[in-house]
Amino acid sequence: MNTNAILSVRNLKTRFTMDEGTTKAVDGVSFDVAPGQVVGIVGESGCGKSVTIKSILRIVQKPGEVVGGEILFRPQRHGENGTDFVDLAKLDGRGKEMRTIRGNDIALIPQEPMAALSPVHTIGNQLVEAVQLHRKINKRQAEEIAIERMKEVGVPSPEERMSAYSWELSGGLRQRVMIAMALLCSPRLLIADEPTTAIDVTTQAQVLNLLRGLQKNHDMAIIFITHDLGVIAQVADDVVVMYLGRVMETGPVDDIFHNPLHPYTKALLGSIPSIHTTSREPLPTIEGSIPHPFNRPAGCPFFPRCAAYMPGKCDRQTPKLERIGEHQSVSCFLHHEVAEEI
Amino acid sequence: MSAETESKTENIEVRQAGQREDADAISVAPNWKLVWWRFRKHRLALVAGVLLFFIILIAGFPGFFSTQDPSQSDTTGSFMPPQGIHIWDDGPAFFAYAANGARNPRTLRMEWQLDESQKVPLRLFGRGYEWKVLGLFTTDIHLIGLVNPDEDKPIHLLGTDRLGRDQWSRLMYGTQVSLSVGLLAVFISTVLGIFLGGISGYFGGLADMVIQRVVELLQSIPPIPIWLALSAALPRTWSVTTSYLAITGILALLTWTTLAREVRGRFLALREEDFVVAAKLAGCRQLRIVFRHMVPTMNSHIIAAVTLAIPVMIINETFLSFLGLGLRPPAISWGVLLQEAQNLQSVALAPWLLLPGVAVIITVLVLNVLGDGLRDAADPYH
Amino acid sequence: MLVYIVKRLLLLPLLLLVFSVIAFILIQAPPGDFVTSYVAELAASGSSMDRLQIDALRELYGLDRPGYVQYFKWLSRILQGDLGISLDFQKPISELIGQRLLLTVILGLSTFLFTFAVALPIGTISATRQYSFFDYFFTVFNYVGVATPTFMTALILMWLAFSKLGITITGLFSPEYADAAWSFGRVVDLGKHVWLPMVILGLDGTARLARILRANLLDELNKPYMEMARAKGMPEWRLIIKYPVRLAINPLVSSLGWYLPLIFSGSLIVATVLNLPTIGPLLLRSLISQDMFLAGSIVLSYFGLAVIGTLLSDVLLAWLDPRIRMEES
Repeated sequence: MNTNAILSVRNLKTRFTMDEGTTKAVDGVSFDVAPGQVVGIVGESGCGKSVTIKSILRIVQKPGEVVGGEILFRPQRHGENGTDFVDLAKLDGRGKEMRTIRGNDIALIPQEPMAALSPVHTIGNQLVEAVQLHRKINKRQAEEIAIERMKEVGVPSPEERMSAYSWELSGGLRQRVMIAMALLCSPRLLIADEPTTAIDVTTQAQVLNLLRGLQKNHDMAIIFITHDLGVIAQVADDVVVMYLGRVMETGPVDDIFHNPLHPYTKALLGSIPSIHTTSREPLPTIEGSIPHPFNRPAGCPFFPRCAAYMPGKCDRQTPKLERIGEHQSVSCFLHHEVAEEI
Repeated sequence: MSAETESKTENIEVRQAGQREDADAISVAPNWKLVWWRFRKHRLALVAGVLLFFIILIAGFPGFFSTQDPSQSDTTGSFMPPQGIHIWDDGPAFFAYAANGARNPRTLRMEWQLDESQKVPLRLFGRGYEWKVLGLFTTDIHLIGLVNPDEDKPIHLLGTDRLGRDQWSRLMYGTQVSLSVGLLAVFISTVLGIFLGGISGYFGGLADMVIQRVVELLQSIPPIPIWLALSAALPRTWSVTTSYLAITGILALLTWTTLAREVRGRFLALREEDFVVAAKLAGCRQLRIVFRHMVPTMNSHIIAAVTLAIPVMIINETFLSFLGLGLRPPAISWGVLLQEAQNLQSVALAPWLLLPGVAVIITVLVLNVLGDGLRDAADPYH
Repeated sequence: MLVYIVKRLLLLPLLLLVFSVIAFILIQAPPGDFVTSYVAELAASGSSMDRLQIDALRELYGLDRPGYVQYFKWLSRILQGDLGISLDFQKPISELIGQRLLLTVILGLSTFLFTFAVALPIGTISATRQYSFFDYFFTVFNYVGVATPTFMTALILMWLAFSKLGITITGLFSPEYADAAWSFGRVVDLGKHVWLPMVILGLDGTARLARILRANLLDELNKPYMEMARAKGMPEWRLIIKYPVRLAINPLVSSLGWYLPLIFSGSLIVATVLNLPTIGPLLLRSLISQDMFLAGSIVLSYFGLAVIGTLLSDVLLAWLDPRIRMEES
């Protein structure tokens, strides 16, 4: 474990128990986030990346439940040495302690800013509320902070926006407002849940630059979730590749892109169009489709679609996430023999 | 495709085959089957469906379930209490206690007592008065009858009313009338609603404008005063059947709007759907598109909406008749029966006169639960 | 906002005009004209009316002229504030209706407030504690509430109060205040009596609204803004009240448009059973005795109340939902 990490997720398990069966949405995920670092979590839809961050924030709703593992987080108020971790997994998700961390030390930038803002409350109302939840200040002062932050993220004439409603703003502007909201209490960790999927490409680039800049100025760490490897290449320092609730591979962005170890990572990278690709040549795709969560295969979750599938091995045992080389870790029997204990 | 990739694909298909079997059954099932599978999960609605079946059975064959001629009055037997049925008497049995009455010398009213020493034996499928099966042929078989019809006095399961008429039998016949008024009124308003809503939603433009304004107008009018005024205007000289039809028509007149709105909304949404556009491009005639492609997708919605509309109609008929402005005696409906319970004195004297109200509550409850179950099954995302 | 309300207000006269036509048609619906039937009724009871009086009545209502002339005569008198005379009561109609209309409105509005005050918490708790005992209990309660006709509730309560407690629960006033002029004591007395009809009348509506609110809320509870509010660190109850309840109320408020008129006219049946001094029982009596101008005036009052109810809900909705405010102006 990285001793100066501000967040260390260890073997996190989140399940959804329903009449039809139990879904292991997150099944033993581990990764670290160092201060000031941008960690990108990448995977197809349904791979459990969103549930992972909801678990960290402890806002997973019934029938979902964090059932195991540790979420070690170092809030601001504690010292900087490695011992003052709070295990968020042990806290009551609705309790006071967790609530003072949420929105204060860890902030969220949601996927769809339109849906994440209430249509019947003004932007100002929702910003001020976010400040006053964590700071004992009056409305005027809260409004000043809100306007200040909106200026910082490049919202034009922020004073007027305070009395506007979400549906009166453009998509890019709404996302900026969400970023301003996340920054209100100067969090140590910002979680961005596919913040660029709902906006067009040019605005996307602006938002990414903005996030990068803010991360430097505020010395925050960022967990960045996306299914877009191109975005990961632009913003992330470290990459976590997820598939069906498990981490397939993790490591620094350069290593992952230039020396992918896991067949899934290779397949993902292979499906990105590049300038060097011959035109009119079909892009390689990953064969088959993601299995239904109730029908998870035994063994390595990726084996039914894997090009390097080893019968009798991959479908029997689940490979553990093991360190290979200096920075990279991978869970694949092609690279090590360590299996998950059952 | 090269041989290598082909075998790989095959390999993957074999590996995934197991997961797909369940999904296959679902993906080829027709819509009504999907609705039925979802409906089956709704236990309460299933129970409601079974209960409704029995209620419909009563409505179909009220004579079979009743014990006496519902209009036969007996001035010496007014306000008799319910005698009930007993099925246990130190062993399985089937009997009712006899009721003995004596006139109170001061109030001159008959006062009744159940005599537990005197048991009236009963049997299933006994003989009684003659009734017509669906108006086709006559029989005198009833579900419950006396063992010795010549010796014992008739029993009154739910007591008698002011005129000594058997409340149980009247309730059975009332079921037929009340349920059929509800069904017929809903049928009329459904046809109107689908027709006008369909025109409005499919053609749009001027037709839509006019129909929508009419719908809005009708929906902004409180229906109860209008119903009252219209039914009060019906000539008293009309026959039972004519006024039955007239009341049904009056009820349907203001209630088609809800369904019309729903149908229109669905048509508007469907018009943009790919399969409708495809049918249009394939050169289907408009009527064929509407009835062959669009209406079938709405079947389950319409059934659910209709099921939920019937209880509303039943309640409406009940209160119209209760106020004396709906069906009139000698017609028997639940509302007509409850008219007997209108003043406090009768209710205090004979609380069992309120029992037809229980029939209303049960029926409406059953239809609402069933309708909700159907609606959830038809539209799980709603 | 102002533009929106003015627009609605401008529509009002048009709507009322259409309603007055409908009311007039209803007056005309019974076969024969009412003067003839009145004379016949008088004759049956042994008294009579002199020829001149009858002709004056016919002239006043234009009974020998075509229908539209009669309508305009009637309408112009109403616009001048003259509702006519009830032949049955031999009194000016405005005098008969006035006080009863006020009591109808009081009963309707208090029922309305009661309904909301009860349905809101029930619906909210049922949705947030879905499938809990509380939820099941109120689901059953709601089904029974919707299935029970209001007059049944009234009858059963009346019977229980009479047979168990020996009291009669009818009317809106104690005998000593029934015909008295308005005074503080009379208002208090009204307060003591109005709650029972209010509860009876509101039961069905409460059940309906609670069900609608529960369904709306269940939709809202999964929306991303809930997640966002949680991620801000908001306490659960506070965020439920501030966001989803607030949003789920909007469709509820738009249902006021039909609900308030429904209470007004629905009170008719309960009022008849409980013998309340509202316009309902008067309508029934006038319809049965074919006192058609009285009936027409009452029907028109119901329409008026309905229009006001719809207007109220529109304004309330515009005030609550900024989206509608923007759209309409």
